[in-house]
Amino acid sequence: MLLDLELRQETLFIRPQGELDLAAADHFRHTLEQALDKEPVRNLVFNLAGVTFIDSSGLGVLLGRYKRVSKNGGKVMLVSPQPQVRRILELSGLFRIMKELASESDALAKIG
Amino acid sequence: MKYINQMKLEFLSIPANVAFARVTVAAFAAQLDFTLSDLEEIKVAVSEAVGNAIIHGYRKIPDRLIRIQAALTTDSLELRVEDDGRGIKNIKKALEPAFTTDSERLGLGFVFMQSFMDSFRVDSTPGHGTRVIMSKRAGSGTAPLNPVNPEQ
Repeated sequence: MLLDLELRQETLFIRPQGELDLAAADHFRHTLEQALDKEPVRNLVFNLAGVTFIDSSGLGVLLGRYKRVSKNGGKVMLVSPQPQVRRILELSGLFRIMKELASESDALAKIG
Repeated sequence: MKYINQMKLEFLSIPANVAFARVTVAAFAAQLDFTLSDLEEIKVAVSEAVGNAIIHGYRKIPDRLIRIQAALTTDSLELRVEDDGRGIKNIKKALEPAFTTDSERLGLGFVFMQSFMDSFRVDSTPGHGTRVIMSKRAGSGTAPLNPVNPEQ
Protein backbone atom coordinates (compact mmCIF):
# COMPACT_ATOMS: atom_id res chain seq x y z
CA MET A 1 0.00 0.00 0.00
CA LEU A 2 1.21 3.50 -0.85
CA LEU A 3 0.17 6.45 1.24
CA ASP A 4 0.08 10.16 0.39
CA LEU A 5 -0.72 12.72 3.08
CA GLU A 6 -1.41 16.42 2.68
CA LEU A 7 -2.34 18.90 5.37
CA ARG A 8 -4.45 21.86 4.26
CA GLN A 9 -5.28 24.17 7.15
CA GLU A 10 -6.59 21.80 9.81
CA THR A 11 -7.67 19.04 7.46
CA LEU A 12 -5.48 16.07 6.66
CA PHE A 13 -6.06 14.54 3.24
CA ILE A 14 -5.13 10.88 3.16
CA ARG A 15 -4.75 9.15 -0.19
CA PRO A 16 -3.96 5.46 0.17
CA GLN A 17 -3.30 3.35 -2.93
CA GLY A 18 -3.68 -0.41 -3.06
CA GLU A 19 -5.14 -2.92 -0.64
CA LEU A 20 -6.11 -2.04 2.94
CA ASP A 21 -5.85 -5.40 4.68
CA LEU A 22 -4.01 -6.86 7.65
CA ALA A 23 -0.64 -6.53 5.89
CA ALA A 24 -1.18 -2.79 5.35
CA ALA A 25 -3.01 -1.94 8.56
CA ASP A 26 -0.04 -1.44 10.93
CA HIS A 27 1.84 0.89 8.56
CA PHE A 28 -1.37 2.78 7.76
CA ARG A 29 -2.25 3.21 11.44
CA HIS A 30 1.28 4.14 12.48
CA THR A 31 1.68 6.78 9.73
CA LEU A 32 -1.63 8.40 10.59
CA GLU A 33 -0.96 8.38 14.33
CA GLN A 34 2.40 10.06 13.73
CA ALA A 35 0.77 12.76 11.61
CA LEU A 36 -1.95 13.30 14.26
CA ASP A 37 0.71 13.56 16.99
CA LYS A 38 2.85 16.08 15.10
CA GLU A 39 0.43 18.26 13.17
CA PRO A 40 -2.55 20.37 14.25
CA VAL A 41 -5.09 18.10 12.55
CA ARG A 42 -8.79 18.59 13.21
CA ASN A 43 -10.49 16.76 10.32
CA LEU A 44 -9.62 13.78 8.16
CA VAL A 45 -10.53 13.23 4.52
CA PHE A 46 -9.80 9.74 3.24
CA ASN A 47 -9.65 9.74 -0.56
CA LEU A 48 -10.34 6.07 -1.32
CA ALA A 49 -10.29 6.30 -5.12
CA GLY A 50 -7.02 4.34 -5.26
CA VAL A 51 -8.08 1.62 -2.81
CA THR A 52 -8.84 -1.67 -4.58
CA PHE A 53 -9.64 -3.82 -1.54
CA ILE A 54 -10.62 -3.30 2.07
CA ASP A 55 -11.47 -5.73 4.86
CA SER A 56 -12.14 -5.36 8.58
CA SER A 57 -8.45 -4.65 9.29
CA GLY A 58 -8.56 -1.59 7.01
CA LEU A 59 -11.94 -0.52 8.39
CA GLY A 60 -10.51 -0.78 11.90
CA VAL A 61 -7.84 1.80 11.03
CA LEU A 62 -10.52 4.20 9.76
CA LEU A 63 -12.68 3.67 12.85
CA GLY A 64 -9.72 4.09 15.23
CA ARG A 65 -8.79 7.46 13.67
CA TYR A 66 -12.45 8.52 13.73
CA LYS A 67 -12.53 7.86 17.47
CA ARG A 68 -9.44 10.01 17.93
CA VAL A 69 -10.46 13.09 15.89
CA SER A 70 -14.16 13.02 16.83
CA LYS A 71 -13.16 13.39 20.50
CA ASN A 72 -11.95 16.89 19.60
CA GLY A 73 -14.99 17.70 17.49
CA GLY A 74 -13.31 16.83 14.18
CA LYS A 75 -14.99 15.25 11.17
CA VAL A 76 -14.00 12.26 9.08
CA MET A 77 -15.06 12.06 5.42
CA LEU A 78 -14.70 9.40 2.79
CA VAL A 79 -14.17 10.40 -0.83
CA SER A 80 -14.97 8.36 -3.96
CA PRO A 81 -14.60 4.72 -2.89
CA GLN A 82 -14.62 2.13 -5.70
CA PRO A 83 -17.83 0.03 -5.85
CA GLN A 84 -16.42 -3.10 -4.15
CA VAL A 85 -14.91 -0.98 -1.36
CA ARG A 86 -18.10 1.09 -1.06
CA ARG A 87 -20.10 -2.09 -0.49
CA ILE A 88 -17.89 -3.09 2.46
CA LEU A 89 -18.12 0.41 3.93
CA GLU A 90 -21.89 0.27 3.58
CA LEU A 91 -22.19 -3.11 5.28
CA SER A 92 -19.83 -2.04 8.08
CA GLY A 93 -22.09 0.86 9.01
CA LEU A 94 -19.21 3.38 8.83
CA PHE A 95 -21.31 5.66 6.61
CA ARG A 96 -23.45 6.34 9.67
CA ILE A 97 -20.56 8.20 11.24
CA MET A 98 -18.42 9.25 8.24
CA LYS A 99 -19.93 11.20 5.33
CA GLU A 100 -19.30 10.02 1.80
CA LEU A 101 -18.44 12.72 -0.73
CA ALA A 102 -17.73 12.73 -4.44
CA SER A 103 -14.53 14.77 -4.36
CA GLU A 104 -11.93 16.29 -2.06
CA SER A 105 -13.20 19.79 -2.88
CA ASP A 106 -16.74 18.74 -1.88
CA ALA A 107 -15.30 17.46 1.39
CA LEU A 108 -13.43 20.71 1.99
CA ALA A 109 -16.58 22.72 1.25
CA LYS A 110 -18.54 20.57 3.70
CA ILE A 111 -15.96 21.21 6.42
CA GLY A 112 -16.30 24.95 5.73
CA MET B 1 -21.31 -34.43 -3.99
CA LYS B 2 -19.10 -34.71 -7.00
CA TYR B 3 -16.15 -32.36 -7.08
CA ILE B 4 -14.82 -31.13 -10.39
CA ASN B 5 -11.71 -29.63 -8.83
CA GLN B 6 -9.95 -29.50 -5.47
CA MET B 7 -6.92 -27.74 -3.99
CA LYS B 8 -5.03 -27.36 -0.73
CA LEU B 9 -2.85 -24.51 0.47
CA GLU B 10 -0.65 -24.36 3.54
CA PHE B 11 1.21 -21.20 4.45
CA LEU B 12 2.80 -19.32 7.35
CA SER B 13 0.71 -17.15 9.64
CA ILE B 14 2.10 -13.83 8.39
CA PRO B 15 -0.01 -10.84 7.26
CA ALA B 16 1.48 -10.87 3.74
CA ASN B 17 -0.22 -14.23 3.21
CA VAL B 18 -3.70 -12.75 3.68
CA ALA B 19 -3.53 -11.31 0.15
CA PHE B 20 -1.87 -14.47 -1.19
CA ALA B 21 -4.72 -16.60 0.19
CA ARG B 22 -7.61 -14.45 -1.03
CA VAL B 23 -6.18 -13.96 -4.53
CA THR B 24 -5.39 -17.68 -4.87
CA VAL B 25 -8.85 -18.78 -3.73
CA ALA B 26 -10.52 -16.20 -5.99
CA ALA B 27 -8.46 -17.41 -8.98
CA PHE B 28 -9.48 -20.99 -8.18
CA ALA B 29 -13.17 -20.01 -7.79
CA ALA B 30 -13.05 -18.12 -11.10
CA GLN B 31 -13.17 -21.49 -12.86
CA LEU B 32 -16.92 -21.33 -12.18
CA ASP B 33 -19.27 -18.61 -13.45
CA PHE B 34 -18.92 -16.34 -10.45
CA THR B 35 -19.51 -12.65 -11.13
CA LEU B 36 -16.75 -10.17 -10.32
CA SER B 37 -18.83 -9.05 -7.36
CA ASP B 38 -19.06 -12.69 -6.14
CA LEU B 39 -15.29 -13.02 -6.43
CA GLU B 40 -14.81 -9.81 -4.44
CA GLU B 41 -17.07 -11.22 -1.73
CA ILE B 42 -15.10 -14.48 -1.67
CA LYS B 43 -11.90 -12.45 -1.31
CA VAL B 44 -13.27 -10.58 1.69
CA ALA B 45 -14.47 -13.81 3.35
CA VAL B 46 -11.04 -15.46 2.88
CA SER B 47 -9.27 -12.33 4.07
CA GLU B 48 -11.34 -12.27 7.26
CA ALA B 49 -10.90 -15.99 7.97
CA VAL B 50 -7.12 -15.89 7.45
CA GLY B 51 -6.84 -12.59 9.36
CA ASN B 52 -8.71 -14.14 12.30
CA ALA B 53 -6.37 -17.15 12.25
CA ILE B 54 -3.32 -14.85 12.41
CA ILE B 55 -4.63 -12.36 14.97
CA HIS B 56 -6.83 -14.48 17.21
CA GLY B 57 -5.80 -18.07 16.53
CA TYR B 58 -2.05 -17.52 16.62
CA ARG B 59 -1.91 -14.08 18.33
CA LYS B 60 0.37 -12.87 15.54
CA ILE B 61 3.01 -15.58 16.08
CA PRO B 62 4.43 -15.74 12.55
CA ASP B 63 5.81 -19.28 12.29
CA ARG B 64 2.58 -21.26 12.54
CA LEU B 65 0.61 -22.80 9.71
CA ILE B 66 -2.77 -21.99 8.22
CA ARG B 67 -4.45 -24.46 5.88
CA ILE B 68 -7.04 -23.84 3.22
CA GLN B 69 -8.91 -26.54 1.38
CA ALA B 70 -11.16 -25.58 -1.49
CA ALA B 71 -13.33 -27.65 -3.77
CA LEU B 72 -15.58 -26.86 -6.71
CA THR B 73 -18.77 -28.62 -7.65
CA THR B 74 -20.35 -27.69 -10.97
CA ASP B 75 -22.01 -24.68 -9.35
CA SER B 76 -20.41 -23.98 -5.99
CA LEU B 77 -17.22 -23.29 -4.06
CA GLU B 78 -16.62 -25.07 -0.78
CA LEU B 79 -13.96 -23.70 1.48
CA ARG B 80 -12.26 -24.62 4.75
CA VAL B 81 -9.83 -22.34 6.56
CA GLU B 82 -8.08 -24.00 9.50
CA ASP B 83 -5.54 -23.10 12.14
CA ASP B 84 -4.07 -24.98 15.11
CA GLY B 85 -4.18 -21.93 17.35
CA ARG B 86 -5.80 -21.23 20.67
CA GLY B 87 -9.38 -21.67 19.48
CA ILE B 88 -12.56 -19.85 20.46
CA LYS B 89 -14.08 -20.44 23.89
CA ASN B 90 -17.48 -18.95 23.19
CA ILE B 91 -18.36 -19.23 19.49
CA LYS B 92 -21.85 -17.80 19.99
CA LYS B 93 -20.39 -14.62 21.48
CA ALA B 94 -17.66 -14.42 18.82
CA LEU B 95 -20.35 -14.48 16.13
CA GLU B 96 -22.23 -11.48 17.52
CA PRO B 97 -21.91 -8.42 15.24
CA ALA B 98 -19.47 -5.84 16.60
CA PHE B 99 -18.14 -8.20 19.27
CA THR B 100 -14.42 -7.59 19.36
CA THR B 101 -11.54 -8.22 21.68
CA ASP B 102 -9.58 -5.32 20.17
CA SER B 103 -10.74 -1.67 20.07
CA GLU B 104 -8.99 -1.12 16.73
CA ARG B 105 -11.13 -3.74 15.05
CA LEU B 106 -14.84 -3.72 14.38
CA GLY B 107 -15.80 -7.27 15.19
CA LEU B 108 -17.03 -7.63 11.63
CA GLY B 109 -14.94 -10.54 10.40
CA PHE B 110 -17.62 -13.16 10.98
CA VAL B 111 -20.35 -10.75 9.84
CA PHE B 112 -18.65 -10.40 6.46
CA MET B 113 -18.12 -14.17 6.15
CA GLN B 114 -21.79 -14.80 6.97
CA SER B 115 -23.05 -12.04 4.68
CA PHE B 116 -20.94 -12.91 1.68
CA MET B 117 -21.08 -16.70 1.69
CA ASP B 118 -24.21 -18.86 1.30
CA SER B 119 -23.29 -21.18 4.14
CA PHE B 120 -20.97 -20.61 7.05
CA ARG B 121 -19.98 -22.66 10.10
CA VAL B 122 -17.27 -22.39 12.75
CA ASP B 123 -15.88 -25.37 14.64
CA SER B 124 -13.38 -24.71 17.38
CA THR B 125 -11.78 -26.52 20.27
CA PRO B 126 -10.05 -24.21 22.77
CA GLY B 127 -6.33 -24.95 22.70
CA HIS B 128 -6.54 -26.91 19.47
CA GLY B 129 -7.61 -24.56 16.76
CA THR B 130 -10.44 -23.24 14.65
CA ARG B 131 -11.98 -24.36 11.40
CA VAL B 132 -14.25 -22.13 9.32
CA ILE B 133 -16.32 -23.94 6.70
CA MET B 134 -18.03 -21.85 4.06
CA SER B 135 -19.63 -22.29 0.68
CA LYS B 136 -20.91 -20.08 -2.08
CA ARG B 137 -23.03 -20.89 -5.10
CA ALA B 138 -22.23 -19.35 -8.45
CA GLY B 139 -25.12 -17.19 -9.62
CA SER B 140 -26.75 -16.85 -6.19
CA GLY B 141 -26.84 -13.05 -6.43
CA THR B 142 -25.28 -10.45 -4.16
CA ALA B 143 -25.87 -10.47 -0.43
CA PRO B 144 -28.49 -8.09 0.98
CA LEU B 145 -26.97 -5.30 3.01
CA ASN B 146 -27.83 -5.00 6.65
CA PRO B 147 -25.45 -2.42 8.10
CA VAL B 148 -24.29 -2.81 11.66
CA ASN B 149 -23.88 0.09 14.05
CA PRO B 150 -20.16 0.77 14.58
CA GLU B 151 -20.76 2.94 17.65
CA GLN B 152 -22.50 0.23 19.62
